[in-house]
This record gives sequence, structure tokens and C-alpha cells, in this order.
Amino acid sequence: MSQTGPLPTVRIAAGQGFWGDWLEAPYRQVTQGPVDYLMMDYLAEVTMSIMQKQKSRDPSLGYAKDFIPLMERILPTLVERRIRVTANAGGVNPRACAQAVAETARRLRLGGSLKIGVVTGDDLLRRLDALLARGHELRNLDTGRPLSDVRDRVLSANAYLGAWPVAAALRQGADIVITGRVTDTGLTLAPMIHAFGWTRDAWDLLAAGTVAGHTIECGAQCSGGNCLVEWETVPDLANVGYPIVEAHPDGTFLITKHPGTGGRITVAGVTEQLVYEMGNPAEYITPDCVADFTTIRLSQAGKDRVQVSGVRGRPATDKLKVSIAYFYGYKAVGTLVYAWPDAYAKAKAADRVLRQRLKDLGLKFESILTEFVGADATHGPLALRETRVEDLPEVQLRIGVRSPDRAAVERFTRELAPLILNGPPSVTGFAGGRPKPEEIVAYWPALIDKQVVEPCVELVEV
Amino acid sequence: MRLLELAHARSGDKGDTANIGLIALKPEYYPTLVKQVTAARVARHFDGMIKDKVERYELPNLHALNFLLHGALDGGGTISLKTDAQGKVFSTALLRMEIEVPR
Repeated sequence: MSQTGPLPTVRIAAGQGFWGDWLEAPYRQVTQGPVDYLMMDYLAEVTMSIMQKQKSRDPSLGYAKDFIPLMERILPTLVERRIRVTANAGGVNPRACAQAVAETARRLRLGGSLKIGVVTGDDLLRRLDALLARGHELRNLDTGRPLSDVRDRVLSANAYLGAWPVAAALRQGADIVITGRVTDTGLTLAPMIHAFGWTRDAWDLLAAGTVAGHTIECGAQCSGGNCLVEWETVPDLANVGYPIVEAHPDGTFLITKHPGTGGRITVAGVTEQLVYEMGNPAEYITPDCVADFTTIRLSQAGKDRVQVSGVRGRPATDKLKVSIAYFYGYKAVGTLVYAWPDAYAKAKAADRVLRQRLKDLGLKFESILTEFVGADATHGPLALRETRVEDLPEVQLRIGVRSPDRAAVERFTRELAPLILNGPPSVTGFAGGRPKPEEIVAYWPALIDKQVVEPCVELVEV
Repeated sequence: MRLLELAHARSGDKGDTANIGLIALKPEYYPTLVKQVTAARVARHFDGMIKDKVERYELPNLHALNFLLHGALDGGGTISLKTDAQGKVFSTALLRMEIEVPR
């Protein structure tokens, strides 16, 4: 697995930055050059509630279903090249996900050559009432409200586990580690802990691995994708290379990609990713450590190679973050397109007419939001101030409503189409039909004492 | 001069908070950013677009500043009705800011 030589290196490749990322990426990562690990992050904040809903309809579901055909495609390469996988594709049903991968492996006649590790213990849904009864209030980190306010509407509740249970599965020989709610960064840090024998109090090393994880957890966002600096010169995004960490036992690492792939790895692009979704940079808190992003040193070590060093860390806290999803209400968003002349003025007039009608109908909404796409939807008044709105060739009226009352939202969706014939002129773009009311599943972040969460590691032999 | 000529940026979300990482295009531009792109100035720039305070953190090692814009996303995540519910393009909205460049 590791190369022999003075400075052993472990190569960890990012294959998915979120559930729904580019399907070609993991295949290319394992076939276009040498890697030791393939890391795939599937879980965004409310993904678990979608999976919980699928599991409640069919107890054999509740994980990232497209992980299975992906594994079918790459398993022979993984076995042949001895590449190991860490993925939180297990969602709210990691065991079922592992079984499905095992069946796929058997069908491919890979039996006897594969061990699948399963990490569970993150799911707190069934323990919630017991935890609340024992005084764990699970207050919302943003609003301070206790979970009891929305307890009857909770759909899923998962503690974020860190790298250690994943590293334990690797130590027990797992070739593929499938987890529930393990942190994005833990999936990258775990192979380093395993390969280099890092200890639980090696805070600087754990912080370095965490920074490596944060850098590649969004896939190509650190290798040329969504990169603002000199964006028009980023080469061959059609064949963008996803990032690879070349990690060393001393905590230094390189960010690189396979030769011949598109995209670009530069200090500027890596910096953009480092500050992405950042809070206080001196306190990047994970279950494994507290990483200090103000200590990171970057340097360009060659074409498409960025060297990272100097990372310092502090002891982990005694809490774990908990991701809770709960039913919030309903929303719908509809659009109409107004054309020149006076496109913006017509869209504004249509918005006034629509709002008057909603008011006259006596419908109650928690929020009505109007945006004029092409004028102010993304940059608001900052854009309008610098735009000659009378010259705009077209403006999309985009209006959304939110309410606990489904009937009010439903009625709103019927008020858009009539405007085409009974509102301001030069309007089109309603081909998509009436918008559909959507259920809102909202996110409730909380903290819980680490000691009440017990990660569990199992092995499935194939 | 526009901030766009001195810096690049990437933004994202945490709940109802948008974060903007602002990065100097050249290390020598960083002191100007520190001096002029203050939390108060950013709050004024986004007047009418955010409901709560702005916080600023410094990353001199990366020649970058990190801004937290609280109450920027109409509730954030799945609750938000905004096109930019995840704050992805607050980055370039900040780069519209006019900056005095010392000569």
C-alpha cells in the first residue's frame, strides 16, 4: 500500500464532493493513475432526512442508491489495484448499503477477496426521547431553542462521528468502509491515522489531516472548479481532474491531480477552498481535533502541485455536533419571463398584481419573496444601482412563498398562470407548468456529550 | 478601484449565515484589505440584504479575510426562498465594493 523509501506517501483521492456529484470522477480517480484510497463524501446537512424517508417506505433503503452501480463499475479495479475506499454513502442504513455492495461483489465473482467495514452508532433517532429525558436538551446552535419545541416533527437525528471508527475499520482489514454520518474530513483523515499510526493526542497531525480533508471534501472545487481567480484560463474543465492528497507521516501533504486531466491546482484555488464554508478560522472544530487554519502554509511545489505545511491543532472538545432534520412547513416558487421593452417595469407590475390577489384571497404566508432574475436576484440593490434597468432585454419574475398551511401554498401556485393573460404584457416562459408545493425539511444543529455516543465497527466478509 | 481588481473570493453557507472568504490577488494587497474592508464597511455594503451583524476574521497566512454575514439567507438551507439560498455568489457581490488605493 505505502511506497517504500525515505518518506512514505499515502495517496488519497476524492471521488465525490456531494450526493449527485460527477459520476465519472471516482472511475477516473482509480483508473488514471496510482492512488491508495478513494474517499467519497455523500452527506449534506439535510441528506439524512431524505434517506430516512426512503427507509421508512422500504427498510432495505436509506443510503445513497447510486453508490451501488458506481461500486459495480469500479470494484474490479479496486481489487486489482488494492485501492481502499472510505465513503459515508451508508446514510441512515449503512448495513443495508454494505449488504448491497457485498451482493454486487459476489455477482462480479470477487468473493473471498474483499472485506467491507460498516461504521454505525451515529443514529440517535430512536434514542432521542431517552436523551431528552436524561437532560440532553439538544438546543439549536443558531437559535438557542430546545429540541422539545419541535420534537414531534423530528425526521432524523445523527451525531457526526469522526475519523477514529473509520481508522478502526481499516485496521481490522476493511477494504471498503461504509459509514453513516461521519464527517467529511474524517473520511480523509482516517487513512492517514491508519497508515502512519498517528495517536489520539497528536493534535497537530490530526489537524493537518483535517485540513487535507477540508481541502478535497468538495471534489473539484480545489482543482479548478468554481474557481474565480483567472477562471477563463482554467484548462479543459470538461475533463477536470479531481484532487488527490499525497500525505506524509509528518503531517505535511501535497494537493495534486492525475497527469493529463483538466483543471488547475494553484495556491489561489486551494486558498478559495480553504475559506469555503469557514466560521472562525482559528477554531475549525471536528470530533477529532480543533484545527487552526491561521497556521496553514501553502506553496506552489510544481505544476498542479500545492504543498501544505505548518498546520497546528488543539485538543478535541468533549462534544459532538448533532444533525437533526425536522418538518418545517411548505413552500413553492414560480416564475414568469417578461420581455423588452420595459421588461423590469412589467415584472414589477406583475409582482404588485399578484401580491394584491394573494392579499385579497386572505392567504397567510410566513414569507413572500420576490426576485427579478436578470436584475437583482443575486446581488440585490448592489446590482440595481449599477444597471440601466430600462435596457434589460428580459427579466424573470421569480416569486416564492412559505407557510405552515399547505392549502395557502397550493392556492398560490394557481395564481401565476392567469397573469399571462390578465396581467402586464410581453410575458412568456410558463412552459414548465404550475409549480408544486414542496415540503420543507429544515436543519437543526445541536451539540451532545461525546460520551453518550458509541461508534460501532463491524466487518462483512465477501 | 473595485475590490475585484485587488482580490478574489469564495462564499458559502452555515444555516442562515453566509461566509465570504476574501483573498488578496497579491500578498502586497493584503494590508489594504485589512485596513479598508472592515466588518462595519461590509455591513454597510450589504445594507438591506442582511438582517444581522457582520463578523470578520483575519488569515494573514493566506492573505485572506473571512466574513460571516448573519441573517443573510432568508432562513438558509431548505427554508430559504432565495435563488442564492446557499450564499454562493455573495462573494462577487462583495467584490463590487469601491476601494481607495494608496499611491
